[in-house]
Amino acid sequence: MTFEIFTFSFMHRAIISGIAIAILCSVVGLFLVLRRYSLFGDAIAHSSFGGIALGLMAGIYPLWTAYGVSIVSALIMTRIKDKFNISGDASIAVLLSSGIAVGLVIIGLSGGFTLDIFSFLFGSILLVSVNDTILILSLTGIILIVILLLYRQLLYSTFNEEQAKVSGIPVEKINYLIVFMAGVTVVTSIQLVGVLLISALFVIPNVTAIMYGKGFKQTAIISMSFSIFSVVAGILVSYIFDITPAGTIVLFAIGILACTMGIKSVGLLSRHH
Amino acid sequence: MLKVVEIDHLTIEYPDVKAIDDVSFTVNQGDFLGIIGPNGAGKSTLFAAMLSLNTKYKGTIKFFGTDIRKSKNYLKEIGYVPQKPIFEKNFPATVNDVVKMGLQKESDENKIDEILQQLWIHELSERRIGELSGGQQQRVFIAKALVNNPKVLILDEPVTGIDQQSIDLFYSILKELNSKQNITIIWSSHDLDAVNKLANHVACLNRTLFFHGESDDFFKNDDLVKQYSEASMQEHMHHH
Repeated sequence: MTFEIFTFSFMHRAIISGIAIAILCSVVGLFLVLRRYSLFGDAIAHSSFGGIALGLMAGIYPLWTAYGVSIVSALIMTRIKDKFNISGDASIAVLLSSGIAVGLVIIGLSGGFTLDIFSFLFGSILLVSVNDTILILSLTGIILIVILLLYRQLLYSTFNEEQAKVSGIPVEKINYLIVFMAGVTVVTSIQLVGVLLISALFVIPNVTAIMYGKGFKQTAIISMSFSIFSVVAGILVSYIFDITPAGTIVLFAIGILACTMGIKSVGLLSRHH
Repeated sequence: MLKVVEIDHLTIEYPDVKAIDDVSFTVNQGDFLGIIGPNGAGKSTLFAAMLSLNTKYKGTIKFFGTDIRKSKNYLKEIGYVPQKPIFEKNFPATVNDVVKMGLQKESDENKIDEILQQLWIHELSERRIGELSGGQQQRVFIAKALVNNPKVLILDEPVTGIDQQSIDLFYSILKELNSKQNITIIWSSHDLDAVNKLANHVACLNRTLFFHGESDDFFKNDDLVKQYSEASMQEHMHHH
């Protein structure tokens, strides 16, 4: 059985999509974590819940409505945050709860929870279709190209906004671009880990990698490696033991973080002696 | 002589106070201008307006003859070193990463190497920025300001909280940039001695401009020097 799973085409699709999402989440997530915006992914994911409910009610493919609702609400929230000077964590709370509230009301109006809703809440990576896989790979490719092209500008405005402005970098536009990319990434990743666990993929591999990497590129590569390992191991192990992939993936990521903290504290202890 | 900066009747008002009150002065190419004044005198406010970080001001600011409200292109010619650069302590960026951040084109590696060597931070280029001392970090930010070949360097009290050895090195680097590379320097400082040694022009700012002229004229005027020494001494006492 252990080797048999590599012959299933749904498993190929799951692993290929999973790797793409792992790379995407760790790169976009690194910018969010460094901007002290770790929970922003979570807030977008919750607002996408409203979008999914809307799609299910209207009979449109729920991920399309999720893309629309999440990206638009994230951009609006960023605008409101700047205009009314609301702090980052408070704006996250507003976005997060309004998405869930809208979702719950729409679900109530359309007759209650269904199996579809649960698959979006907890992910359904083994069910991704060929079209889903193509979409995931294309979006990953496009976002990675944008990040590579604007790498130094993105990095500078993350490092120090004021200095970046003085260097003539359009910091506000860059901020909106990051929010837009985060919106696309979150909805793309819903199929892998579901609405509830997305911020884990954004945050945990990056927090771990920051403890190892010296420079930015090195940190990004380490984060991607941890993320890919967690996703692939999570998908395989969860299939073998018939448990939830999303939870298993996140537990692998947490395991790596815990080991890293263990290694680092032993290293610190031996240095003190 | 080429006028680099022309500030004309600049006034900046906050709701309850005038931070800058009708200030006018000119900086010519090759000037090394020391701006002195106690804390709260409006030095950082003045710089924020000059760098287009604050656009709510009355009056005009021109760089290279062009009103900065009309074009932001002048920013490409400016290297800015903030008072204390704020960044996450564990930000995963090496010295090399920091120096190259924001560069539009592929960077000239040889030139970056040369600048890092000139500032004595060449050996630190692969270290994480947060691991360096305050003095080393400040030199990294000077290097960063220099990689774009700026015509003007703007420094806002750049040696706050830095050890004396680093300060001396830093000042000798500034002197060299001004005299050998003809970079115009606009520098705010508390340190009258340093201004006396380095600057060829002095501006005394305390919301209004009390004096602007050649450094020698300022330091020959005992009353002014005494007044500013006292102001900075009080400031110093206040800090402790």
